[in-house]
Amino acid sequence: MGKTHKISCAGFGGQGVMSMGQLLTYAGMIDGKEVSWVPAYGPEMRGGTANCSVIVSDTPVGSPIFETGITTAVVMNLPSFHKFVPKVASGGSIFVNSSIVNEKVDRDDVNVYYIPVNDLANELGNAKLINIIMLGAVIEIDKIVESESILKAFLKVFGDNKAKLIPINREALAKGAEVAKTLKK
Amino acid sequence: MAKIIMKGNEAVAKAAIIAGCRYFFGYPITPQNEVPEYLSRELFAAGGTFVQAESEVAAINMVYGAGGSGARVMTSSSSPGIALKQEGIGYCVAGEVPCVIVSMMRGGPGLGTIQPSQSDYNQATRGGANGDYHIPVLAPGSVQEAVDDVKEAFEIADCYRTPVIVVADGLIGQMMEPVELENPVKTRDISPKEAWALGYGTREKQNSIENLVIDSPACEAKNIRFFKEKYSEIEENEVKYEEYMMDDAEYAFVAYGTTSRIVKNSVNELREKGYKIGLIKPRTLWPFPQVPFKNKNIKKFVVVEMSMGQMVIDVELAVGDRDKVTFYGRCGGIIPTPEECADYAEKVMGGAK
Amino acid sequence: MSTTIFQKPKGLTDTRMHYCPGCGHGIVHRIIAECIDEMNEIDNTIICAPVGCAVFIPKYFKYDSIHCAHGRAPATGTGIKRVHPDKTVITYQGDGDLASIGMAEIVHAAARGEKITTIFINNGIYGMTGGQMAPTTLPGMRATTSQAGRDVERNGNPIRVSELLSTLDGPAYIERVAVDTPAHVIKAKKAIKKALEYQKANKGFTMVEVVSSCPTNWGLSATKAMEFVGEKMIPYYPLGVYKDVEEGK
Repeated sequence: MGKTHKISCAGFGGQGVMSMGQLLTYAGMIDGKEVSWVPAYGPEMRGGTANCSVIVSDTPVGSPIFETGITTAVVMNLPSFHKFVPKVASGGSIFVNSSIVNEKVDRDDVNVYYIPVNDLANELGNAKLINIIMLGAVIEIDKIVESESILKAFLKVFGDNKAKLIPINREALAKGAEVAKTLKK
Repeated sequence: MAKIIMKGNEAVAKAAIIAGCRYFFGYPITPQNEVPEYLSRELFAAGGTFVQAESEVAAINMVYGAGGSGARVMTSSSSPGIALKQEGIGYCVAGEVPCVIVSMMRGGPGLGTIQPSQSDYNQATRGGANGDYHIPVLAPGSVQEAVDDVKEAFEIADCYRTPVIVVADGLIGQMMEPVELENPVKTRDISPKEAWALGYGTREKQNSIENLVIDSPACEAKNIRFFKEKYSEIEENEVKYEEYMMDDAEYAFVAYGTTSRIVKNSVNELREKGYKIGLIKPRTLWPFPQVPFKNKNIKKFVVVEMSMGQMVIDVELAVGDRDKVTFYGRCGGIIPTPEECADYAEKVMGGAK
Repeated sequence: MSTTIFQKPKGLTDTRMHYCPGCGHGIVHRIIAECIDEMNEIDNTIICAPVGCAVFIPKYFKYDSIHCAHGRAPATGTGIKRVHPDKTVITYQGDGDLASIGMAEIVHAAARGEKITTIFINNGIYGMTGGQMAPTTLPGMRATTSQAGRDVERNGNPIRVSELLSTLDGPAYIERVAVDTPAHVIKAKKAIKKALEYQKANKGFTMVEVVSSCPTNWGLSATKAMEFVGEKMIPYYPLGVYKDVEEGK
């Protein structure tokens, strides 16, 4: 059996968690994987928190949703941290936005990466890049998709007229990857 | 054409345009809003028209007028909205008006929840309009199938001059998957508009979309014609189902739409444990497939639905032995996990590998 | 050589109408057919029949036609007109159909400025179902569901549809007419013709409200019913032009 990545991206609306999931999904397809993306929709989305479930797999996607057994969790704020940390499978990865989440994961069966994405984005001079920096860290560690595929996906998700933003996004992916490398276990 | 990734609702809308649909009438309701939103943007560009109606009631009656005028027309809604459309759907049936109705089911009854559900199986297959009638009901289980089904629905609608319902759920509507938009669709014989549609008649030969049949023998004759000609022909030609791991199966899950893909994972899990279990996936809910349920090798049919049990009745009728049919369901917007479906089936099989 | 001075309009079929003596439907049907004849639109008109006494419209006109669900003719007419913008689309509705169950559809079709012509027959009663109270039943007027006469405290007040719709920006032309006297019939024809011409010119939504009679359910003779229209109905439902974009009204 091939590998199946079950990825949850969660955070406040505006942190780009939905598009982070879409970029992974599109990039997975570009890499020839089977993929799906499911948003949490409804009142919780209005309430300011958002999350999506992504599958990137070597085999066809059966159920596109998963309550537990997450292999990669991206938590961009504290409510998401509390909600998703317990749902990550043993051996899975948790990526925490340590710029705004001060708590530490109290589990020793998972790999946790604290990435201060807000601070890193400020270093790059564009606060909007937090999701792309995080994505750089995620794919550096969990090897879900190719970095170049994310950039190809970027044009698919946001449109070809955003091509001018490719260099800064490439830089953001690299920044995330660079920080993640120093944390690699 | 290369695959692209689309949200189910937008893919449904795009598929309608590809199928030649140029008219859409709808009313906002979660979880299908991306269908009208997309079409409000794209239909005018395609030379068509979008109207946000004052209600689902008005929307389906606009569909009745546009479909009656020979145009490919669609409306979409979700559970309580489909309830409101029922009267108009009945008028489309009686007036033999081709149209496509997309139903993205959510949990009920009443206002219920906006989360995915399959509790409108009866609403789609039995309907809430008055009178004797059937409507072809197609049930996609992925974004790709939703696209293929919408395109096919227009063909079926035009061929038999009937409304066709594409019934999915909030999950299919909201999720994104890779999709091939240009899959070929099986074309069918379509009666020329000149023969029946509004705007194509003459003073010598009016075209009328008729609903009133006040003379009882004529009304009975119309019903008999529908059942003897139209519905029996649909039953003969349009049944669709898929089987997964059924060659050597002794047990069979039965599930449609979203649940079918969940249960597929359960089948894989149970197969790894050595159980001979497969999946029967009806792709049309009316006409309901009969053949796969005549399989004598199957000891138990395990029906899984996101409802309290609606399709299970059709399975019992098809199997003809209620003792061979068992049911597991979640509802109210709860989506069952592959694990819990497998656990249930394992108990049913009693460890029999 | 003989000269024809009067004949059946070409757009009407030979089917004998089922309307009661003294009912306005037959007069209004004829007016519509005359106007469509004069506009040379017989083969270019689609008429939407309501639920009510006029449900048999498809048998009486040579136009393409459709039986609409109760109150929904403006929605169905919208669907038709959007597909056939070059056709003349007429919806024909009674007061229960239009002003009660179909109030949402008529208001929104008018607000959208759908280029259809609605002929609204107001006789203050449900005819087909046997004389129940309509939204336009006059205060004190007897109906089978207001047997002591409409009590506005219990049953609410009648609705003046032309006035109501004239507050909207979508309608191009709204006039209330009557068919109780020859003079009124002539005026009614002028109004319907104007409405159809406005539709043809894509000016917007058009409606002609016809104050009419129902001798059978009013319990009056044909002539008394016509007198009732003049004496009781018209004072409550004043005739006149309520909206005309060409006249700045």
